[in-house]
Amino acid sequence: MDPKQKALEAQFQARIDADEKIEPKDWMPDAYRKTLIRQISQHAHSEVVGMLPEGNWVTRAPSLRRKVALLAKIQDEAGHGLYLYGAAETLGIDRETLLEELHAGAAKYSSIFNYPSLSWADMGAIGWLVDGAAIMNQVMLTRTSYGPYARAMVRICKEESFHQRQGYEILLTLCRGTEAQKQMAQDSLNRWWWPALMMFGPSDGASTHTEQSMRWRIKRKTNDELRQQFIDATVPQADYLGLTVPDPALKWNDERDHYDFGEIDWAEFWNVVKGNGPCNRERLQARVKAHEQGAWVREAAMAYAEKRQQRQEERNINPRGLKNLAG
Amino acid sequence: MTDKKNWPLWEVFIRSKNGLSHKHAGSLHAADAEMAIENARDVYTRRSEGVSIWVVESRYITASSPNQAASLFDPADDKVYRHPTFYNLPDEVKHM
Repeated sequence: MDPKQKALEAQFQARIDADEKIEPKDWMPDAYRKTLIRQISQHAHSEVVGMLPEGNWVTRAPSLRRKVALLAKIQDEAGHGLYLYGAAETLGIDRETLLEELHAGAAKYSSIFNYPSLSWADMGAIGWLVDGAAIMNQVMLTRTSYGPYARAMVRICKEESFHQRQGYEILLTLCRGTEAQKQMAQDSLNRWWWPALMMFGPSDGASTHTEQSMRWRIKRKTNDELRQQFIDATVPQADYLGLTVPDPALKWNDERDHYDFGEIDWAEFWNVVKGNGPCNRERLQARVKAHEQGAWVREAAMAYAEKRQQRQEERNINPRGLKNLAG
Repeated sequence: MTDKKNWPLWEVFIRSKNGLSHKHAGSLHAADAEMAIENARDVYTRRSEGVSIWVVESRYITASSPNQAASLFDPADDKVYRHPTFYNLPDEVKHM
């Protein structure tokens, strides 16, 4: 590395170490920029793809109250995707490229959305566990070193807590209902628990990005720390519902002051990451289809805007309103 | 259609209530100003966060360069006499 580059990097790291925020036009190492684009766009794609499993239940929500809440949550997810795409775009990549990467399968999104939503209880489990896990991660990211990403996270966290509460309320209602309803809630927890734990990513020893991301303060906590924090917060909530967490090894450890838990099935994790989860193909197809079928709308809106602007310019050159002004 | 034109990027500024100034909220894509306002309403004021919206196409914003921040703001660094604490007043003159 040439000395000038080295000096710039040292200066950059000193700013990070002093907890200064990095803003879009500041100098940053290429690798920092690349890491952020990868992480923020993955995060944005997750918000957008995350609408699909929930969209599956909008027409079958059991009451109007549940339906408007679910619709509002899904609309929030679209908004969150947009805040994040906006943050990624400040790094010099455009929206179209980001979407192309998603549609080509080159960019990842959270594997959790490659699992199917089979019952109404899944709307509860997704809000409680999936949004709950996301919140753990996102609260940490409100303090990330890149300014636009941190600001997007602040907005998202404010909105996210309604998501988790509405999910928990769905499960609470089911758990206080008939035996069959409680069973539906338990079945849902059984299917979502482990995938939710996998949302924090590979364990620290196997994570390729964690160390550098911690040094750049993009991340402030490791995957394993966040996962433990999530388990500690969530198990008592499961107890309150009267549901059993599907992990026979789960046990409070007085010495560690944390729950001990069983081994995650990392083979399953990597298999889904590689594209072989239950819904990978379906999710991506749905995104590509929506994008392609919406193309004419985007083009028509642009053509309309251009035509209007052109007319406006013509009027400016040859103002037809002149007579009125004179009168 | 191959030579498609993408919707331009807009910056959004929101006044959260009268008496406060508009503050940068984020950005979005829209075909024109009208759509930018509507999208901004849907994206940035879903929970009554605003009473007024400004949108401006991002390409019209000129920003100062962070590389030159030191020299740009340098003139303000040595003018302590612009601050009230520069002036010594006796204690008897109470609040001024």
